[in-house]
Amino acid sequence: MLEFLENIIPSSPVALVVFALFPMVIIIVYALFAIWLERKVAGFIQDRLGPMRTGGFHGWAQTIADMLKLIQKEDIIPKDASSFLFKLAPFMIFTASYAAFAVIPFSSGYIGSNINIGVFYLLAITSFLTISIIMASWASNNKWSLVGGMRTAAQMVSYEVPTIVTVLSVLIVAGSMNLMTITEMQTGNDIMGFLPNWFIFQNPFLIVAFAIFAISMLAESHRVPFDLPESESELVAGYQTEYSGMRWGMFMLAEYADMLLLSLLGATLFFGGWNSPFGTFMSGPIWGFGWFMLKGMLLVFVMMWIRWTLPRYRVDQLMHICWSILIPLSFVNFVLVALWEMIF
Amino acid sequence: MQKQLKEGYQTFKSIFIGMAITLRHLFQPSVTIQYPDVRVELPPGVRSKLYVNIDDCIGCLLCARACPVNCIDIETVKATSDVDLGKTSTGNPKRLWVTQFDIDMSKCMYCDLCVYPCPTNCIYMVPEYEYSEFDRKNLIFEFSNLSPEKVTEVKDKLEKENEEKNRQKELAQQKKDQEKKDQETDTDTDAGKAGE
Repeated sequence: MLEFLENIIPSSPVALVVFALFPMVIIIVYALFAIWLERKVAGFIQDRLGPMRTGGFHGWAQTIADMLKLIQKEDIIPKDASSFLFKLAPFMIFTASYAAFAVIPFSSGYIGSNINIGVFYLLAITSFLTISIIMASWASNNKWSLVGGMRTAAQMVSYEVPTIVTVLSVLIVAGSMNLMTITEMQTGNDIMGFLPNWFIFQNPFLIVAFAIFAISMLAESHRVPFDLPESESELVAGYQTEYSGMRWGMFMLAEYADMLLLSLLGATLFFGGWNSPFGTFMSGPIWGFGWFMLKGMLLVFVMMWIRWTLPRYRVDQLMHICWSILIPLSFVNFVLVALWEMIF
Repeated sequence: MQKQLKEGYQTFKSIFIGMAITLRHLFQPSVTIQYPDVRVELPPGVRSKLYVNIDDCIGCLLCARACPVNCIDIETVKATSDVDLGKTSTGNPKRLWVTQFDIDMSKCMYCDLCVYPCPTNCIYMVPEYEYSEFDRKNLIFEFSNLSPEKVTEVKDKLEKENEEKNRQKELAQQKKDQEKKDQETDTDTDAGKAGE
């Protein structure tokens, strides 16, 4: 992809910037679409219609209109807030989720950085999300923000453990941390003659691993039922309380980008990444990109579906689920996956 | 251990039941009516806005008296004898000019009590509900179709006729008085004559 861009664009730094901005385009287009989709899904689940008027067909331009509104809004910084950190936090949170996209293989022809420690880098860089949320909450000088930020820190640090252990169980099967290599290992349709070689079909214990990963994925991207950081009914809006205008928009964008990131990671680790479910049929690089986004969007849709079904957990229940159920289960499962790999 | 497994099973079961319900609702047609584009037909007998068919109004003030909040303001002028106001569509003769028929919809409580006393069925509710205004004064609906000039003309005419009548009455009275006096004098003279 980079070579191709360097061929059509004469200046190689410009080609590099275009290459690096590719995930940005995906994130923005996806965020505009996903926010609209979220409203539509919420509407349909509650037997409403959702946005219908902006832009004509089913309110497709609603999110664009909202973005324009957010850009025009006054940029309010509270008098007693720590203004430098307050201004920095939204950009840092977006940088963290954007940086993580560097190791996601969008198709067989595109990966931002084909490094050997891809998964490790991804898990490390997403820790910046926690730091920037704490930064935002502390700098706001507001009790709701601080409580929300502390909850976020507790939640994300706790749920990182089961996430990492489930990711590790995939890494045992794959034997590589490079996400491109992991995806390439899942090419082909050999299981029982027709099933694709996806990891979720390769090892029965990886199904359990995926269930744990899905639950901790919800918690990591603070979606319902684990949306305690911004639980509206208790904390106004959590760490976002003091933010307005486009700075708040950055948080929203980062939240949706984070959803996509974790869904794409799940799709890469368990559902064969950019591999077509029909073997070599429809499996070029562009088809691959389509398949990959489709898998990611399906997981995002499931997250939305769960959001409009389940109520929110209490803080103690949240911690109980993580420390006394998910973590022991994921460790046991990790050992079982390893045993299965040893025996077969 | 067994209890915990059972609880875990129950949790997952209820989550999947809930998700099945929401999935079913996802594909159900929505109940929303897109209001300005689609309007629900109002049921008969809906009370939303008062209307007066002023051609049928005989100015009997029954509706104004029935109103519990005094939101109907009627002023009538008696028609002079040279004008025939005709009849209402129900056959009642009209004898009054209705110079003012104002309904203050900001006061109206939609009780429908003014509708039933009307002898000519000229005041009734119409199914119209989009009449919000920025100024409260715009909610006073004037139904009288007489122009202010016409009203003054009618009033002047009535005054003149009344004056005329009064004069005639006075004249008649004077005449009567005169006749009485004359009679009295006559009888006096008669008596005097008789006395002579």
